[in-house]
Amino acid sequence: MNWDWQVYCKDTIEGEVMPGCFGSGGDITYLDWMLSAWGWTVSVALCALLVALVVGSIIGVLRTLPDSPWLVRLGNAWVELFRNIPLLVQIFLWYYVVPALIPAMRSFSPFILVVIALGLFTSARIAEQVRAGIQALPKGQRYAGMAVGFTTAQTYRYVILPMAYRIIIPPLTSESMNIFKNSSVAFAVSIAELTQFYLQASEETSRPMEIYIGVVILYVISAMAINRIMAFVEKKVRVPGFVAAGGTGGGH
Amino acid sequence: MNLDFGFYNWDVISNFVVKGFYFSVFLTAVATLGGIFFGTLLALMRLSGRKWLDAPAAFYVNGMRSIPLVMVILGFFLLVPFVVGRPIGAETSAIITFIAFEAAYFSEIMRAGIQSIPRGQVFAGQALGMTYAQNMRLVILPQAFRNMLPVLLTQTIILFQDTSLVYAIGAYDLLKGFETAGKNFGRPTESYLLAAVVYFVICFSLSYFVKRLHKKIAIIR
Repeated sequence: MNWDWQVYCKDTIEGEVMPGCFGSGGDITYLDWMLSAWGWTVSVALCALLVALVVGSIIGVLRTLPDSPWLVRLGNAWVELFRNIPLLVQIFLWYYVVPALIPAMRSFSPFILVVIALGLFTSARIAEQVRAGIQALPKGQRYAGMAVGFTTAQTYRYVILPMAYRIIIPPLTSESMNIFKNSSVAFAVSIAELTQFYLQASEETSRPMEIYIGVVILYVISAMAINRIMAFVEKKVRVPGFVAAGGTGGGH
Repeated sequence: MNLDFGFYNWDVISNFVVKGFYFSVFLTAVATLGGIFFGTLLALMRLSGRKWLDAPAAFYVNGMRSIPLVMVILGFFLLVPFVVGRPIGAETSAIITFIAFEAAYFSEIMRAGIQSIPRGQVFAGQALGMTYAQNMRLVILPQAFRNMLPVLLTQTIILFQDTSLVYAIGAYDLLKGFETAGKNFGRPTESYLLAAVVYFVICFSLSYFVKRLHKKIAIIR
């Protein structure tokens, strides 16, 4: 088969090869389009990761609270709910069902709805990891906090969470890489991210192979970048003499 | 907003949903069996200690694991007709894709499972004069499978959820069945809601079953 990599330098409207590969004036080339799609992928993934970290931490902590069985049950129910429905179905729920039930959400942009969907989906997994991280700590840590007169909130803030987060960095790394991969499902509600770009551009240019390879390379670069950043964070925050046990990864 | 599930009578379900449900279950079953088979081969290649076997298997597994499943599905849908020489249906393409994709994930589970068997077991097999194949088949793999069973089943539940992604190539699965019914009756909201409930009930019961099994196995050991 013969390759035609010039497809990336083509104008998206006229189909002419542009000098320098980037569009000028109002015109854009497929390369411009792909980079902007990459931007959407990264924004969806990072915003969803933020939502997932915040919500997942809260739910994960709730599930380990002593003496509050109802909060523990609430946390468990949350995890079961978001873990047992496929991501694509959850995205459809947020896109079609929730705005129909809650009129105030009708003005939300698809981007925000996808970020909520992907964020809450991932929050269940992060909650599971946070819980595992907290429970991996020796009970004595909690008692030590109580013994010096900390409230429950202070015990979590100063004793338990700083250690728990360090323990769960390896599974958090794979979850952060997963969120980049999972953001591809946003194509289903027409977010202009990489998968959507692939679908449209391969149709328009009739060069699906070249477009596919470009998109896959960008996905791999994103995943590797996250991996390196997390490895850097892990090294920076390492407690000397403490070997992180690591939790479970898995899923995709 | 008033929800109306009234149109979901048995006729609609048997016309639209059941066909999709069968395909989802079929795809899950075939991909699990195929994935475990090829995944075990990949895992054995990676553990063989021979570079020319290990390197390609590692490349394949890491490659599959770094590409989003949707892109893998789309990629196979694009590539396989080139290889086969004629267009293939979305359903066939989905089956090939899921076996190839899940093999990578199952191989990682297998590898961890095989490595969890103490070295002494391998030596014991060798001491009895077993060949590599006999040792694997009679001593290592039966124990490894048992250790891995809960993880394998959990992966199968994830796989069942992931089959909904064949939406990307228009294959007719459970989600598509609900969607089609919803479109035909002008009730997409109720359809998606019902689809979510059905997926939840199936996956929740399965994962409850896996949890019980995990406990049972844990007590015996």
